[in-house]
Amino acid sequence: MKRLDILWSGIFGVMLWQMIVWITDAPHFILPSPLRVLFAGYDSRALIGEHAIVTATEVFIGLAIGVVLGVLTAIGLAVSPMARRLFLPILVFTQAVPVFALAPILTLWLGYGIGGKIVMTVLIIYFPITSSFYDGLTRVESGLLDLAQTMGATKTQIMRRIRIPSALPSLGSGLRLAAVYAPIGAVIGEWVGSSKGLGYLMLLANGRAKTDLMFASLIVLAIFAVSLHALVGKIADRLDDYSRPSNTDL
Amino acid sequence: MKPAPSISLAGSYTINGDHLFGPLTIDIPAGQWTCLLGASGIGKSTILRLVLGLKTAGVFSGKITASDGDTLADRISYMAQSDLLLPWLNVRENVVLGARLRGEQPDMLRAGALIERVGLTPHQDKHPSALSGGMRQRAALARTLMEDRPIVLLDEPFSALDASTRADMQELAAEMLAEKTVLLVTHDPAEASRLGHKIVLMSASEAMIWDHPNTAPIRAIDAPETLACQSALLSQLRGQNLEASHETA
Repeated sequence: MKRLDILWSGIFGVMLWQMIVWITDAPHFILPSPLRVLFAGYDSRALIGEHAIVTATEVFIGLAIGVVLGVLTAIGLAVSPMARRLFLPILVFTQAVPVFALAPILTLWLGYGIGGKIVMTVLIIYFPITSSFYDGLTRVESGLLDLAQTMGATKTQIMRRIRIPSALPSLGSGLRLAAVYAPIGAVIGEWVGSSKGLGYLMLLANGRAKTDLMFASLIVLAIFAVSLHALVGKIADRLDDYSRPSNTDL
Repeated sequence: MKPAPSISLAGSYTINGDHLFGPLTIDIPAGQWTCLLGASGIGKSTILRLVLGLKTAGVFSGKITASDGDTLADRISYMAQSDLLLPWLNVRENVVLGARLRGEQPDMLRAGALIERVGLTPHQDKHPSALSGGMRQRAALARTLMEDRPIVLLDEPFSALDASTRADMQELAAEMLAEKTVLLVTHDPAEASRLGHKIVLMSASEAMIWDHPNTAPIRAIDAPETLACQSALLSQLRGQNLEASHETA
């Protein structure tokens, strides 16, 4: 997507929003105008910034832990048939349980701090990272594995030099998904029980009929999520480039 | 390095209880090219995998032995139809893949010399995606030679190349793999007629030794004895395929 397209799309969205405000003539505590939201955001910039930093911290720490755990689990599953037999059904089962339903329990166990939100974020991104990377590790061209075996490489050497580099584009796909899910995980955690973060601020603003502040928080959250997706997308592109360099100067 | 041994394979093979081939015996003479031909699905590549010690889908009952009595493991290098170059490594790094995989210090001087022999010196810093099919197979040949093993197994390594590149690669491989014990699995009677010191025609029940041309390989593509051998082989293979399709029907 070109930057200009994003700009035009944003302008179109704001215009549509303003038109809906005009047409419905809704009171500002139901649907504030874009300008009103802009002013509310500017007036409360310190407050929003303070809560945004908390949410961003939860998301980044959750992403880091989730990626490390997912990568290690995928490697473990790819290496060990026993781990596959024991752990794959559990992994699939955990996906049948809505992670959101666990949020109240996490709050009960870990309290109102950022711990529960980080765990929520980890839980929500763990499966996409694990499954996509594991998929990549097991889809390596069999001829490459045969070749490596005839060259006398051990399983560990094959994993390090062939399977992991081959699976990096799949890990990139998992990262892209994780970047979308991670802010959702953190905000859900904040909704269920917290004293900080954009999710908490949105609930607080909503409860006090400060709909403009709620919208401003929502927009900041959306901008953060889109930026995170773009940043992680760049990393995923680099993983793609590493495994499949496209220098076709023939 | 010890001289290249000959290899003998004797036995039969079943998949899920269904008989695929054998009992048959294939002798692969030392320091020569043996070309293995046969109808598709007859088990040629399985023979190759068995000699390589790779996993197969069925069960082999028999023996695979080297003339010097040593084990075959660690003495065979392998080249497949696909070049199997790692896309994230350049030509030079791919050529020394064996050493990299084993965690050894690669001999870059020797790699450079081999790359030069296959004519890829100007392209040694390029990734495989920047090379033509022929160049990629030349890089794969250099990688095979870099392993410096006395036995080389080739699984249709030139079949995906255009006719002219294929002929060039056959000549290059014949020159570079001289003195090694080579087993070439191929579908191409012309290739077997050009390259084989020995030609083996495989069917489900036997491994028939086919009369190869009287001249020494590598033979000219258009030499009368090469063409005659190619033509006779083709007729035999077509007969085999016809039989196989009747049996299937």
